[in-house]
Amino acid sequence: MELVVASSVGVLTAGGVYLILRLRAFPVILGLALLSYAVNVFLFATGRLAINAPPVLNKYADVAYSDPLPQALVLTAIVISFGMTAVLVMVALGAYLEADHDRIDMTGNEEAEAAEKESGS
Amino acid sequence: MSHWIIAPVILPALLAPIIAFVMRHDITLARAASLAGTIALAAISIGLMASVSAGDTFVYRLGDWPAPYGIVLVLDQLSALMLVLTSVLALIVVLHAAASGWDGRGRHFHALFQFQLMGICGAFLTGDAFNLFVFFEVLLIASYGLMIHGGGRARLQAGLQYVVMNLAGSTLFLFALGTLYASTGTLNIADLAVKIRELPVEETALARVAAILLMVVFLIKAAIFPVHFWLPGTYSNAPAPVAALFAIMTKVGAYAIIRIHTIVFGPDVAATGGLIGDWLMPAAAVTLAIGALGVLGARRLKPMISFAVVGSMGTLMLAVSAFTPQATTAALYYALHSTFAAAALFLLADLVISRRPDGDALSTQPPLSQNGLFAALFFAAAIGMAGMPPLSGFLGKLIILDALRGTPGMTVGWATILIGSLLIIVGFARAGSTLFWKSTAVLTRSEGDGPDYAASQGDEGPPQEPPAQATAFQVAPTMSAIAILALLSVFAGPVTGYLDMAAEQLHDSSGYVNAVLQPGGEGEQ
Repeated sequence: MELVVASSVGVLTAGGVYLILRLRAFPVILGLALLSYAVNVFLFATGRLAINAPPVLNKYADVAYSDPLPQALVLTAIVISFGMTAVLVMVALGAYLEADHDRIDMTGNEEAEAAEKESGS
Repeated sequence: MSHWIIAPVILPALLAPIIAFVMRHDITLARAASLAGTIALAAISIGLMASVSAGDTFVYRLGDWPAPYGIVLVLDQLSALMLVLTSVLALIVVLHAAASGWDGRGRHFHALFQFQLMGICGAFLTGDAFNLFVFFEVLLIASYGLMIHGGGRARLQAGLQYVVMNLAGSTLFLFALGTLYASTGTLNIADLAVKIRELPVEETALARVAAILLMVVFLIKAAIFPVHFWLPGTYSNAPAPVAALFAIMTKVGAYAIIRIHTIVFGPDVAATGGLIGDWLMPAAAVTLAIGALGVLGARRLKPMISFAVVGSMGTLMLAVSAFTPQATTAALYYALHSTFAAAALFLLADLVISRRPDGDALSTQPPLSQNGLFAALFFAAAIGMAGMPPLSGFLGKLIILDALRGTPGMTVGWATILIGSLLIIVGFARAGSTLFWKSTAVLTRSEGDGPDYAASQGDEGPPQEPPAQATAFQVAPTMSAIAILALLSVFAGPVTGYLDMAAEQLHDSSGYVNAVLQPGGEGEQ
């Protein structure tokens, strides 16, 4: 159980970081999505891993329960990362349509602008 | 007291959707509503600041849940100060946006502006680490919209970079919070302060990781080396009023470090000790060096101002990294100063750039019709930013130098601040003389074929209309930002008196912890 959770967080993070470093819009969006999945699983694990334990206290018996707070945090994190991914997709689309390429870095922009000016004049 | 604490969050949060849905077709109405809301926000902030001047800490329990379980908003002198700073800056920026017509170049400027204010005020008020994350996201998502306001290729590309950088930062923030929760079992800042100090030393490895992760997250916001790369591209491509408003965003990062790494991971905590300061100090020094060299090397006006902002954040963090009350006072004074100095420069740059044919390139052009006025304003704002007397930058740097005296970072800190200031002065002097001074020489040379504006346009194309003169209303926001720098300098005594109290209150964390955690303490509801 611990091994599965830990390795899934690790693999998702590694994949996410690799994709972000590709510096093209689509891989970066996927990479950020993977990173947010990784952090969601990670947040779950911060309340200690428990199986078949409800996230509520039982006042009649001293039974095992799982920590409800990380679950609430994960819910918030999921909502926020969903909204942010939507914004990112729109901004990336806008940048792609304006610039005709999907690179994230802006190096070479000045040369491109200079070339544009020359061809225009 | 009671409910006024949440007003700085509620007011923009209610106003923004009304502007977005009801007033979206009427820019005049939206401007009036946004301006009225910002004035009300400033009034509320000043009222809140007056209420804490005696040194109380007020706690607002959302839903009336007691402290470690529910989310609390905490108003102390530091957060009241940051609220006043935010609202006054917002007032200047919204006036400039309306006067220059920037708010009409895209849609929903004022709605996004109010949402941004909501996020910033919330981040300054909250007493819960996860709630801090949520308010960060609110202010970021509004800033994404503001950043790409008006569109254009370079701006959208820079905006995309900015969004990606901050999304990665948000993920890191969540990792840090998860680690912190795993090691302490709480996310309430006051409760964290107690729990961290109770941790046995041999179990503090996770807490140390969390402290450093949180610091990296806040350093991204504050644009400190090695995570400062996003700032020059973002600020120089953002619309000018937005860039001026973003001057407060870097201070949100600085505020979070001052708050969390003083109250929770202070130098007295066995788990972290001097770890934070040891890493922060060299990073801040390198940041200042990068900012100064960037100012010297920039070929355009807005990137140059952006690098000056990077340099000012380095100076600010040098003071923060000492983690003593005196150094915190110095950092806060410099934060006030550098926010308005950066805003004044960006607003002035907008006035100048929009009237020049080749935009913000640092090249010599025939003088604008109000060359003298712009030159004088640039001179004043540059003096403020570079830290020369008589404006507040000089006093700010002096207080920081004084606060660093006798600390381990004194040699490095003094050297970088003094040499960095010199480089920034040289950079600004060169830019000012290129933009404003040499241009009069161009005029004398071209007088033969008439000093009219169209002559400079070459032969191609129809002669262009000379740009409109800046009206008093358009110059007023820039002038008021510079006037605030002068006021900060004149009233430096009372201001540092208040900051001293705020820093004392911050470093004596027991007051904060007691106010938040004690049921029926000073807080109500």
